[in-house]
Formats: sequence, C-alpha cells, structure tokens
Amino acid sequence: MTKMIGKSVKRVEDKRFITGKGQYTDDIILPNMTYAQFVRSPYAHAKVLGVDTSEALAHPGVVAVYTGADFAEINGVPCGWQVDFKNGDTMKEPKHPLIVVDKARHAGDAVAIVIAESREAARDAADLVDVDYEELEAVVDPKKAAEEGAPLVHDDVPNNICFDWELGNPKEEVDAAIAAASHVTTLEFANQRVAPNAIEPRSYIGDYDSTNDKYTLYTSTQNPHLIRLLMCAFVLGIPEHKVRIVSKDVGGGFGSKIFHYTEEALVTYISKQLGRPVKWTAERSEAFLTDAHGRDHVSKAEMGFDAEGKITGLRIKTYASMGGYLSTFAPAVPTYLHGTLLQGVYTTPKIHIDVVATFTHTSAVDAYRGAGRPEATYLLERLMDTAALEMEMDPAELRFKNFIPAFNGIDEPGYATNVALQYDSGNYAPVLERALEMTGYKDFRKEQAEARANGKLLGIGFSTYIEACGIAPSAVVGALGARAGLFEVSQVRVHPTGKVSVFTGAHSHGQGHETTFAQVVADKFGIPMEDVDIVHGDSDTVAFGMGTYGSRSLAVGGSALVKSIEKIIDKGTKIAAHKLEAAEEDLEFAEGKWTVKGTDKSIGFADISLTAYVPHDYPAGLEPGLDFSSFYDPANFTYPFGAHIAIVEVDKDTGKVSLKRFIAVDDVGNVINPMIVDGQIHGGVVQGIGQALLEHAFYDEDGQLVTGSYMDYAMPRADDVPMIETDRTTTPCPHNPLGVKGAGEAGAIGSTPAVVNAVMDALAPYGIKNLSMPLTSESVWRAMKG
Amino acid sequence: MKKQINLTVNGKAYSHEVEARLLLVHYLRDELRLTGTHVGCDTSSCGSCTILMDGLAVKCCTLLAVQADGANITTIEGLADNDSLHPLQEGFREEHGLQCGFCTPGMIMTAADLLSTNSDPSEQEIRHALEGNFCRCTGYHNIVKSIQYAANKINNKEVAS
Ligand code: FES
Ligand code: FES
Repeated sequence: MTKMIGKSVKRVEDKRFITGKGQYTDDIILPNMTYAQFVRSPYAHAKVLGVDTSEALAHPGVVAVYTGADFAEINGVPCGWQVDFKNGDTMKEPKHPLIVVDKARHAGDAVAIVIAESREAARDAADLVDVDYEELEAVVDPKKAAEEGAPLVHDDVPNNICFDWELGNPKEEVDAAIAAASHVTTLEFANQRVAPNAIEPRSYIGDYDSTNDKYTLYTSTQNPHLIRLLMCAFVLGIPEHKVRIVSKDVGGGFGSKIFHYTEEALVTYISKQLGRPVKWTAERSEAFLTDAHGRDHVSKAEMGFDAEGKITGLRIKTYASMGGYLSTFAPAVPTYLHGTLLQGVYTTPKIHIDVVATFTHTSAVDAYRGAGRPEATYLLERLMDTAALEMEMDPAELRFKNFIPAFNGIDEPGYATNVALQYDSGNYAPVLERALEMTGYKDFRKEQAEARANGKLLGIGFSTYIEACGIAPSAVVGALGARAGLFEVSQVRVHPTGKVSVFTGAHSHGQGHETTFAQVVADKFGIPMEDVDIVHGDSDTVAFGMGTYGSRSLAVGGSALVKSIEKIIDKGTKIAAHKLEAAEEDLEFAEGKWTVKGTDKSIGFADISLTAYVPHDYPAGLEPGLDFSSFYDPANFTYPFGAHIAIVEVDKDTGKVSLKRFIAVDDVGNVINPMIVDGQIHGGVVQGIGQALLEHAFYDEDGQLVTGSYMDYAMPRADDVPMIETDRTTTPCPHNPLGVKGAGEAGAIGSTPAVVNAVMDALAPYGIKNLSMPLTSESVWRAMKG
Repeated sequence: MKKQINLTVNGKAYSHEVEARLLLVHYLRDELRLTGTHVGCDTSSCGSCTILMDGLAVKCCTLLAVQADGANITTIEGLADNDSLHPLQEGFREEHGLQCGFCTPGMIMTAADLLSTNSDPSEQEIRHALEGNFCRCTGYHNIVKSIQYAANKINNKEVAS
C-alpha cells in the first residue's frame, strides 16, 4: 500500500462544504426555537442608572427580556490563566458579568437580552428597551491607562493595572550589556489592535431538555470540552455530565473562538428558564464589538550590538491591553507567549522584558493567530532590519552572524534560552539561505539601485522567526499560571469489520483533521483511508479534549492518536500470536497484517478485529474488543521556525504600498499533508500582511470602535496580495512520535515584520525608519511629505 | 405586511407569502432550508451570501425576498446535478481552495458568474472578480488556482495536477 503520510491527499471534508451541506451552528433550526437579541451599550464607559423593559416586553412576539439584575447571583465568566504581580500580589481579576449591572465597560457591553419568537421581533423589541446611561470618561490606550488619574475601568483596580511581570536575565546585567554596546538600536511602537474576523460570526443555540434534565449547547467554538468545563463548573454551576457541547462545522477561528463567551452561558441558562431553545448569532458589527481582539501592545525595544554586529543585549518594556474584562487566556498572551520568545533564533546573551497589563475601555484582548509570538517576532525582526540599516550592514548577513548554531535535539541537546524555554531542535541558517535563493537576492540590490535611479521605491524586508507551538506540557503551563492542563485525548475504535472511528479532542475549524488524522491512521494500520472516520466537536461522543489553538492539533492531538494506535497494534499482536500459534516476538505488523517473521504465515487487520469482537478462539485472560483511548501530555513545546522575505514597491505620489512578492520558507518539522500545510502558511501570511498594511481595530479617545464594520475595517482582499511563494526545510521534532511541530500560526508570525521592513527599506532614501502599522497610503504619504 | 412571491430556486418552483421586510438570504436559509448560502456581515461586504439570480452573481443579504419575485435563482446546492460536481466545485477540492468552507459557496458562485462571461480569465482578472468576497483562511492563493483549474477544465485544457 502506498504511504499516505507525506502525500497531498485531497481533503475528505471538502465534499460537504463545496456542495453547501456543511452544518454551521446558524444553519440549525430547532423546533420551537426562540431568538436572542442584545441591547448593547453605545458608550465605552457609562453608569447604567436604569433599564426599562416594559415596552419591549409588550412588543408582539417577545417572550422575555432579561437585564443584569436577573443574573446577579450567577458567577461571571472566569479567566483561565493567572499571572501575578512581580511583588507576589495576586492578579486583579474583576468579575465579568453575563450582563452588566452597574457599569458598561466597553462599547458593546451587554445591558439587556431580548428573547422573541423571531429574529425580527427580537430586533425590534431590543430597540424599545430604554436604558438610562450616565456617560463617563474612557481610556483606550494600554499605556495611558496606567498613568495617574486615568479613568478606572474597575473601581477596585488601581491605575488599571491587572498585573506587572518580568522575565529574563537580571535587569542590571541587561542594562550593563546595553550600556556597553558599541551600537544600540531603539524602536518605540505599537503593535496595533486587530480583529480576528473569522468569516462565520459567533453563533450559539442553548437547548434544555427537561425530560432528561440535559442541556445541549450548539456553539461555534474551537474548544468544546473546555467551554463545557468553564461554563458548568465556574459560571452556571450545572453538572458537567448533564451538558452536551456540539461544534461540528465552525467557520474559522484564529483564536477568537477559543474562549468562553458570556453569550454561550446566557443561551444555555435561558433555554432552561423558558423551556425552549434559544439561538443567538452575532451580526458582524456586533462581532467587532464583542469578539476578543488581538495584539494591542505599546513597546519600547532596545538592542545592543558589538562592533562586529553580534547582539549583546535586548531590553523590552511592553504595555499590553487586556480590554475591559479578562478573557480566557488573556494574561498568558503578553507574558508566557511573548516574553518567552524574545530569544528568537539569535544567541543574544542578555535579555530582559518588563510587561504591564492594563484594563482599557475596549473589547477584551486575547489570543489571535500567533498570540504573543507575532508581537515578539515583530519586536525582534524590526530591530534587526533597523539595526542593519543603522550599522550599514546587510540584514541577511546580520542574521547569519547571530543565528543559534544547528542542533537536532537528539544527540545534540536542546537550546536553553535566557527566557525560560528549551528549544527542541533547530537549524536556522538553511531557511534563510533558501529564501534568499528563491528571492534572487544577489541581483535584488542591483535592481533596487536601478529602480531608485529611475525614481521607483523598491524595498526588501526580512524576518527570521521562531515560535513555540504544540501547546503544551501541562506541568509547565501549570507552573506558569494556566488553570487547565494542556494535554490532548484520542480514542481509536476498531469496529469488528476492521473499519475505524477516531474520536479526537482536537477541533477542526478549517485545518482538515478529517484528512490528516485519517492519513496517519491509514498508514499506521495499513488500511485504506476510506475505512477511517474522524469524529470531533461533540462532547457526547468525544470523551475529552483541549481543543485546537497554538498550532497544537497534530503535535499534541496527533501524538495522542499515535498512542492509541500503538495500543491497538499491541493488543492485535497478542491476538495474532494466539491465532498464528507463534510467539509475540516472532510477529511483525506491516501493511495491514501480522506475519510470522521469515514465513508466509500471516493474518490480516480485519480478521484480528473480528476475532477481538467474536472471541471464541482467543488468548486466555485478554479482554475482548479493540478500542483504546489515550491522553498525551507532551514533554515540551515544539519550535517551528522560518524565514520570510517581502518585496514591495511604494508609489511616490500616493504612498500606496504594493506587495510585489512574498517568499516564505518554513520548517514545521515533519509534514503529513504538504497541501494542507501550504494552505495554512498562505492564510497565515496573508493575515500577517493584513496587519502590516491594512488592519486596525481603532478606538477613538471616547472608546468608540471607529473601524467596527467591514466597510471601515480593511482586511486583505484577493487583489491586495500576490501568490505566496513557499518552500520548506525539515527539522523533525525530537520529542513527539510524528516528529511534527505545527503549522497553523507560522505564516502570521513571520510575515508582518517582513512586510514592514520592506516598506522601511523602500523608504530609506527619505530617512524614514519607523512608521506605525498599518502602513496605509495615507500614513506613508504623510511620512514622505515630512 | 405580507406579499406573495413566486420564484424558481435550483430548478424548482416555489410560491410563498413573505413579510415585505424579509431578506432574500433569510428566505433561502430559513424558509427553503438552503443553508449553503451564508451570512458573514451586515454591510454587503463579505460575499458569503452570493447566489446567481437570473444568471448574475448577487449578494442576497442585500435583497428583499419580494425583489426575487419572478426570478430564477441558483444557490450552491443547485450548481451541479445530484451527485456530480461543477468544475468549480471540483477545482476547489483539487486545489485546496477552502479551509473552513464558510466563504466557499459565495466564492464559487462569484466565480461561476466570472467564468460565464470570461471563460479564460488571467490571475489579475480572477483576483479582481473576487474583490467583493472575503476569505480569512486561504490567503486567496488556492482560490485563484481553483478557479484557474475550473477554467481549464471548462476549456478542455490540460489540467495541471
Ligand atoms: S452576508 Fe452578504 S455580503 Fe456579507
Ligand atoms: S475558507 Fe474559511 S473563510 Fe474562506
């Protein structure tokens, strides 16, 4: 049988999507279903003095209207990660109520929820809810929020500081290294807030069945079991075994659907109150106001170099916004997913980062594709290209000079960084060499000089990134403040006929697990892929899981899968030994059958599975059946890396940036399905390009989200981007059975600084070194005008 | 206020009394249960809801059901007969033109309109035609290739694999 692992197998799940038969949450209509509509605060910060629901209640078709007072007894939505202050004080964790009681803390904060017979009736009635607000001053900038006298988001959080945190070498040592440097590059900038914008808006249906006292929540989540745990144990106090979570087809996530949202708990709770299903689907403008956003850092970054261009020290100070309330993983993003990545792929001997996390009157900020790692990469890679320019060195050369030497993590140890991580395996120079070769870098500078001579602004930008993926060892994340484990679960059920159902706790919302996981199973068992079915996204059929984010599906979920597969093969070997009257050691399993070594005596996979379920002639003492589960908790994170190169042209008259080429050479370890990995890279790269050139979830001083619709928020469209030129090197992960590292976030992590660096390179003749993202025509044009 | 509408959807005649304010997309999704047509925005910007109305690609979140009175509509469910696939559907599968699949029906219907007037579009023409459709997953790279695949297939050209 041909090997499936490593082949670009076409996706199994595609058939239903290309024929319009996918089943996203909003596609579901249950009998007797009601519709929810929220009344949301138009102000970023306002006292709620009173909510009059009488007119709304009287509106035809309205079933119920609830306000904050109705949920006063219910806990708020919890945060899943605790990062304490440097001095040991506990992180500030104000309540995140299901509906606000006293104060609205960001534009879009929910003040009431209307339930009606139809979407239209709910919407009309929501307009009739009369809320008496007293508008208060707001603060939206993460740094200004910490200043003395800034308006407080939560009265009991002084200076809006959620926590402060540091990591790295002792601060004095880093200060000294930078003071002694022969050159210091300093950059101050924001990593602007962006909106994840999965094209499917969040959608939930709560459905309570009183006969069995059982709740079902249909939800567009990346994380079904964790949602169940958080909602049952921390919010609603209902027994976990009485709740089923269904999240079959989900239209993209990019982080924004990891978290437990208030609306999930509300539709679940209210469906019991009313004895009817309750559906809520976000409108896009509502999604802009209520989905957790990404990034929103303000940083000062300083990097010291010796006379040869070797990095001697790195010092970072970052203010990171948490938004108005703490979302599920928010505290981890600017700390353990950001500070820990500042070693990058370089031998920097001294590193220190200081982070202040603040509340602002804005939507929550949490993990968005890359989560912390893009921000870290942006700091490092912008510093590198800027330093090269300042020191008049070639940016590629500067990187070669500073790369950590290759190590495979097997006979050479992993690389211990100055910021708490141990890289598993890495070989950083070849990815850049390959990217330079694909770019034709040798000729590029000549071309650029000619273009400049002809009045054209051509620029090239580099980014050589590393990321920590496959999140993660539970003991490690636990020590760092995670309130959950981060293992993964698989169950492999071989049916009597030798067909296989796999239940995975990983969740696909575009990643294609139904294909890649089936490739792994087909290969390991030596059976056709058609004989394998992958089930995910239903807590009644999938025993447990930690969901998909942090590029973890294959590295963690795939490893759990391999563990179960191995258990099946081990048990199959026992049965085969009995049937073939041979010793277990004399058997080998390959190509779907057990063979007595050196003979032609063999027995096939389906014969063994049938025997397991019809155990008439069977090994004594062995249980019937062929069905195993495994929990896999990895030994370490995985560390994919890569080199991205962007080439841009800037229009002198308009400031418009055109992206001419984008080259991405990534090393994600072993690859199961190259077609799918390439697709992940393309998508990630374009999201990163979006942040560099177009996107900004921009709040004005009053806390109004100015770019709160697709009319105002610019996201890459097909004609904004070129084809993405990709290639790969392969440095297997040494600590998981498939040798895979994860590919979901790589593109978004590497691409943003490459594009910005390219624009800065194009603008070098103007002496422009640092512009804030997004690099719109207006901002570039203004900078060129001086 | 209710109004009678008569229309053809995917070759089948329908007659319904609908509220004047009912959006065509909700009529298709809720009334006819053709849920392959999606809603991704509230500003006619994303193209997830694209269908063919009298042969032209339209965003049916921006039309009232009553405006479709007398129209002939094709949705993603009706693009190909029974179990067969339209060359575009095949192209999206062959070239990995979809990930989460949410934008896909709209992309395919938009491309169907393009190919009906320009059966051999250039990369730039394809990108231009997709300007009204967002995809957040694919970076458009493989969507462009999927449409090129379909164009080649329709023109009986060699399809590179
Ligand atoms: S839903 Fe019609 S364009 Fe977005
Ligand atoms: S495939 Fe997910 S939005 Fe296009």
